[in-house]
Amino acid sequence: MNGYGIKAIYLFELARTWRTLMQSIASPVLSTSLYFIVFGSAIGSRIVEIDGIHYGAFIIPGLIMLTILTESTSNASFGIYMPKFTGTIYEILSAPVSALEIVIGYVGAAATKSVILGLIILVTARCFVDYSIAHPLWMLAFLMLTCLTFSLLGFLIGLWAKSFEQLQIIPMMVITPLTFLGGSFYSISMLPEFWQKVTLFNPVVYLVSGFRWSFYGAADVHIGISLAMIAIFIAIFSALIAWIFHTGYKLRP
Amino acid sequence: MQPIIDITGIRKTYASGLEALQPIDLSIQRGEIFALLGPNGAGKTTLISIICGIANPSAGRISIDGLDIVRDYRQVRQRIGLVPQELAVSMFESVWDTVRFSRSLFGCKPNDDYLSNLLKDLSLWDKKDSHIMALSGGMKRRVLIAKALAHEPSVLFLDEPTAGVDVELRRDMWSMIRKLRHNGVTVILTTHYIEEAEDMADRIGVINKGKIVLVEEKHALMQKLGQKTMTLHLNAPLPEIPAALQEYNLQLSEQGRALIYQYNSADRKEGVAPLLAKVGELNIDYHDLSTKQSSLEEIFVSLVHQPDTHNAEATP
Repeated sequence: MNGYGIKAIYLFELARTWRTLMQSIASPVLSTSLYFIVFGSAIGSRIVEIDGIHYGAFIIPGLIMLTILTESTSNASFGIYMPKFTGTIYEILSAPVSALEIVIGYVGAAATKSVILGLIILVTARCFVDYSIAHPLWMLAFLMLTCLTFSLLGFLIGLWAKSFEQLQIIPMMVITPLTFLGGSFYSISMLPEFWQKVTLFNPVVYLVSGFRWSFYGAADVHIGISLAMIAIFIAIFSALIAWIFHTGYKLRP
Repeated sequence: MQPIIDITGIRKTYASGLEALQPIDLSIQRGEIFALLGPNGAGKTTLISIICGIANPSAGRISIDGLDIVRDYRQVRQRIGLVPQELAVSMFESVWDTVRFSRSLFGCKPNDDYLSNLLKDLSLWDKKDSHIMALSGGMKRRVLIAKALAHEPSVLFLDEPTAGVDVELRRDMWSMIRKLRHNGVTVILTTHYIEEAEDMADRIGVINKGKIVLVEEKHALMQKLGQKTMTLHLNAPLPEIPAALQEYNLQLSEQGRALIYQYNSADRKEGVAPLLAKVGELNIDYHDLSTKQSSLEEIFVSLVHQPDTHNAEATP
């Protein structure tokens, strides 16, 4: 195990976050605040409660998810795409580090950043609404697992992407819509029965639902199913990454 | 002595069908400076990329220090430093951070003393806190060398190290390479500058169209293929070549003031002594004499431009 190597990659990636502090931390916090003002205050004054929870508080888990899903994906994909783009990847490929160690370094850093971001948003939310967390440890576990899952996805996209357009198309065209439609701002029980069924094909539903359960003890789907879905995603993304490293596909010509 | 790098049957065919390397067999001796010489697109970078783990070979195997580059990749890569051809270096980092990163990435314990000395040797010390994007191209090249040496490798690959580099840096680089060799580091450099190979290398390999055309100790190569030219500068012009000197195939130039003799220095029968003795007998006075060995460039051009019907057909 090349511990120095993992640490080098991990710290390099985190340093990139500090260098781009405004873009990395400040802008997601700002946009989340805007969501709170628009959805929480404006719309929330019309919708008083969902499942017995004040609407402003109800949307907190969904808003955090919305941010960390897109941030994990774009940050992790950018982290590995840039060295490919500038050519500095030669050093990583020629270094005595295994695929697993490379993934731990890059994905670990992206996930760390997203966890920090999620916690910052949680604190920011305090300025707008009162909320309580029923299962704080589960909340942290869900937060970390989700960040990990989508950082893996981002890393995968970064390995695969050949252009900046490909890099951004999945976060923009897939993840953001799925998150909006995944029950971030509403309970799926509010939908007509047909759309409730359709929604169950949206993986983000399970993440938001599980995360919201850790806050308020109420969920659209069972917590066990949420955890199982996360495990399945991690398995799929990890297998694809392993396959890329194994075959050298788009990585080692 | 066991060679430090042993390349057996390495082949590389790209998905497009392009055959970048035909089966290559090559051994690099410990502690030598080996120059891989070839025109653009000959396969130099592909070969180096395969040895360093950046590209996968289609077939064949490579061992370094007796260790397989795939199975024992950790030990192997710790021994190798690579200076790539492109100036690929993370722009937003400082010089100091980037060399520390490299050392750590290659699994070495931090050693700031070693890194400070390295930067001083490469005249980078006063730039250590500069961001890399603020450096000139030559300085970036030095940074790449520092990164490649940060983990104290025993084999150093330099891919076209002096492409687009000014005279001063080129001189610095050559003296650094000699110093490394002195410390026991094996150096493999690719170049299409012939003077570079001629000046630096102990051995030269010529690669063309993915094939190693020739590997030879430099002096032997130049001797084997090296024509020499001797010019006698005469005191009085000769109207024509004396009949007694007919057998030497001489030429007259400078309106009869210079006699030119082409010979092969490796062939003892030819030599210059018998000719000079004859010239003395004929009382031809000369005030100076010069000899010139044909350069590696001439040798190289004759090798690379040999007609090769087999390859000519394969080229689109």
